[in-house]
Order: sequence, then structure tokens, then C-alpha cells
Amino acid sequence: MNKIEAIIKPFKLDDVKDALNKIGINGMTVNEVKGFGRQRGHKEIYRGAEYQVDFVPKVQIDVVVDSSLVDQVVEAISSAANTGKIGDGKIFVLPVNEAVRIRTGEKGEHAI
Amino acid sequence: MKKFIISGFLVLICFTGAWAADKTPTVLSNKEAIDLVQTHADYVWTLVAAALVFFMQAGFAMVETGFTRAKNAINIMMKNMMDFAMGSLAFWAVGFGLMFGVSKTGWFGTSGFFLSDFKPGGDPWVLAFWMFQVVFAATAATIVSGAMAERTKFVGYLIYSVVISLLIYPVFGSWAWGGLYKGGGWLEHLGFIDFAGSTVVHSVGGWASLAGTLVLGPRIGKYMKDGTIKPILGHNIPLAALGVFILWLGWFGFNPGSTTAANKDIAMIFVNTNLAAAAGATLAMITAWIKFGKPDAGMTLNGALAGLVAITSPCATVTPMSAIIIGAIAGVIVVLAVLFFDRIRIDDPVGAISVHGVCGAWGTLSAGIFNIGGTSLKIIGVQLLGIAACFLWVFPTAFLLFKLIDVTIGLRVSPEEELEGLDFTEHGGTAYPDFEISHAGGMGSTAGFGSLMGGTASEKMLRKPAEQT
Repeated sequence: MNKIEAIIKPFKLDDVKDALNKIGINGMTVNEVKGFGRQRGHKEIYRGAEYQVDFVPKVQIDVVVDSSLVDQVVEAISSAANTGKIGDGKIFVLPVNEAVRIRTGEKGEHAI
Repeated sequence: MKKFIISGFLVLICFTGAWAADKTPTVLSNKEAIDLVQTHADYVWTLVAAALVFFMQAGFAMVETGFTRAKNAINIMMKNMMDFAMGSLAFWAVGFGLMFGVSKTGWFGTSGFFLSDFKPGGDPWVLAFWMFQVVFAATAATIVSGAMAERTKFVGYLIYSVVISLLIYPVFGSWAWGGLYKGGGWLEHLGFIDFAGSTVVHSVGGWASLAGTLVLGPRIGKYMKDGTIKPILGHNIPLAALGVFILWLGWFGFNPGSTTAANKDIAMIFVNTNLAAAAGATLAMITAWIKFGKPDAGMTLNGALAGLVAITSPCATVTPMSAIIIGAIAGVIVVLAVLFFDRIRIDDPVGAISVHGVCGAWGTLSAGIFNIGGTSLKIIGVQLLGIAACFLWVFPTAFLLFKLIDVTIGLRVSPEEELEGLDFTEHGGTAYPDFEISHAGGMGSTAGFGSLMGGTASEKMLRKPAEQT
């Protein structure tokens, strides 16, 4: 099992969700997050004074899937979230040791 | 029901009047009835206008909370609520008498305290007039809460709001407006034009704001040691905009209501008020657009208010074309003034000093320049004298008041309380318990690494918060 963490532009969330649904992924967790990468945020103006917004709002999608699906999921997310512009985000793939479905107590791949 | 009885009574008077004059009523024979209708219309218009001006308290509350952080929203609401509540009581007890009582010297009134001019069964005009005046006094008082937002001790603010409604506002008011009732001030005797109070109300609030912000010092994290200015974002621009719309509406009571008479003059005053606000918003937007590359919302909102404040004094004595010019100039002035006060490190979160102090002075001067009956150096001189007299009375007395509060009970909250937010530390609550509020560096949702770094500069300010680093 692997966990895929994708940090994307917030307005791309629906596209990414649809793309994942299309390849049969029917569960995910979404968080509103903030952060920056090489772009180092951006500048805004408030009442005439310029300020640096270092932490840009992003959405983080967490999906846990069977290891055989990882490439397909990564591909679906990266093509759906891609705009070609700076700040499109990043995808991380992590190993998952165990999963438990709380209602039934099922474990491992049956629980995801 | 009461209305029916009154109007039925009116009709009855008309009829009896008609019969008395041999069944051929003339304007002359009906004079008494006609006068009574006019009197009643004056009451209604004055009190409806008073209600509109009262609603401006809501406008100020929304503007101020919109332009400041969520962690201080309850505090702003409480200040706006209580400066009206306590100010009303102070104006009832003392302020009204000082402002409109019999004035032998021309410097302050000495009768009519505790509304003693009203006797049950007697002429109730003093009540209508008091109601209209008390909402004006409260407007002057509430202007200050925005400038001093996010760092003022609540009890200190309460004391200030009593004193301004009890003493500072009424004394200057008596110089310019005492003759509207039983008084008579030296400024009005010179011919000073301030129809609805660019100076009497707005500059008084503006200069008191200047005194307050100077005694308080800037908010922690606003001005960095290296000379940079870190804007502290308001938490809700839509609320600020709603506040400006409410104020614009309220101004239709503020200016046209200042006739305290239902007559045809109110039409031009209405139009002038609206046009000046429109021109103020437009020119402030254009000025901001040129200067910052974007049509800044905060500045545009301030621009509408700047136009309204400016036209308050000349609204009855200039043409609509002049009103546009007056509002337009105010729109430019307010943007430059906000930037100026920021540059000299006077931290005014809502721009109250620029909007009410500076544009109030401009509006008062413009009443002389654009006077519909012609202008002269004498007229302009008297306007300038009034502007100067206002500053020289309000700024020192307010400064002294705030200093006194500061050395006795304290004017500013502790740095820890300021960082925590006044809602929790002063009022024991949270304005938005269902939402997570970012406190880091006070930068709202855009709280950034930069503002956290700014915290190290703030650390030093923790020891001496009022120090302008």
C-alpha cells in the first residue's frame, strides 16, 4: 500500500477528484494547506502598502491505494492538476504499513 | 392608531378653521392649521433623519471591524455600542447644556443640563432637537474607536467616550452651532459656515483620533526596525464595504436632516451629498490605481467617506457642480493622507484621521471657496479660523485626556493581551468560535513566514509597546 499526497492549486480540486474517480479511486481526504516552494509566495497590496504573502493557499489530497495503482494515480493527478504555470504543486508517494476500517475492523488492502 | 388620531385631529382643525372663515378658506384663514402641519413635518423629518444618523453607528462598527483583525471584533462592537450608550447619557446630563444652553460669553452654554428645558406638557421641540444632536455627538465620539483599534484598554476608551461627549465635542459645538437653540458662539457670530459638521463633528473626531494614536503608539508588528511597513490586514473587506454603504445612507440623514425643517432645501443637500461621495470614491479609486497599479478597495471605500465628510460643511451652500469638485479633491487628499500618516508612523487602522480630520478641514475650507453666494478673503479667513480653532481646542484637550488615562489606569493593553487579541483578554470571548483564526503575526489568513520573522522585532517591542521602532 502507498499513500499519495498531492499538493495542488485549490481551483484544480474538482478536476483532480473527477480524474481519480474515473480511474476507480473512490475515497480521498482533502486538507486546506498553505506553503511555498521555489516561487516564494507572491506580493499583494493592502491600503497602499505592499506585502509579501509567503504562504500561498493550496489544497492537499491524500489517497491511499494498492501499490500497483500508484503510477496510474500519480499520472491522473499530475495531468489533471497541470496548468504549466509556476505553483502547480507537488506529489509525494509514501509507504503505508497498515490500514484499518474502523466500522468492521478489516485490515490491510481490504480496508482501503 | 395614534397616527390616525393625530391626522384625524388635524383634519378636524382644518375643517373648524374653514367654517370659522365663512366657508371660504384662504391661506390666511388657514394659517394656523398650515403652520401646525409644517411644524409636524419638521418634527417627522428631524426624527427620521436622527434615525438615519443613528444607523451610522452600525456603519462605523462594520467599517472598523472590517479593517481590523478578527481577534478584536467583539472589542470593536463593544466600543461602538458603548460610546453611543455612555455618550448619550453624558450628552443628556452635561453636553447638550454646554453646547446649546444660554451662552453669555460665546464660549460655552450654561443652561439646559439634564434636558431641563423640557417640562412635561410643554413644547417638545427640545426633545426632537436633542435626539438629532445626540446622534451627532455620538458620531464624533465613535470616529476615534477605529483609529485606536486593536490596542486600547476598554475601560480607558469608555472614559474617553464620556469625556468627548460631555466636554470636548459640546464646547467646540457651542462656538459654531450654539445659536441653533438657545446658545450663540463666537465662531458663528463671525459667519463661520459649517452646515452639518465637517469641522464640528468630523474634524473633532479626527483630531481626537490623532491625539489617541499618538499617545497609544502603533500596533505591534506594523512598523519594522528596518524601516519597512508591514500592513496588518483587515479581516473582512465585505463588512467594511457594507459599513461604507450604511454610512453613505446615514449621511442622507446627517446632511439634509441638518435643516431640522421639512423644506425644499433638502433636495439640493441630498444631491450634493450623493455627488460628493460619488466623486470621492471615483477619484480615490483612480488615485490608488495610478499609484499602486490596482484599484485598491480600502482606499476606494475611504474615498467615498472622504467625499461625504468634505461635503458635510458646504452641502447647503454650494452648487451640485461644486459638490463634485469638493468630493473629487477629497478623494485624492484621502489617499495621499493615508499614505502620509503611514509614512510618519501614525498607525490608524481605518484611516479615520485622514477621512475625518483632514477631509473635514478640506470640506470646511471648500465651503468658503465654493460658497454659492460668492466668496471673499474674509469668508475664507473665517473658515480657516474655524479649522484652526477646532484643532487647537480638540487636539490638546484630547491629548491631555489620553495622557491622563495612560498614566492613571493605562490606555494601552499589555503586549501579551494585544497579541492574544482583545476579544479574549478584554471581553472573555471569541467573535467567530466556529472558525479557526490565525494569530501568527496578526496577518490573518496570509500569516507568513515574514510576519513570523517580524515577531522577533515584535519581541523587542514587547518590553516597550508604545515605542515607535
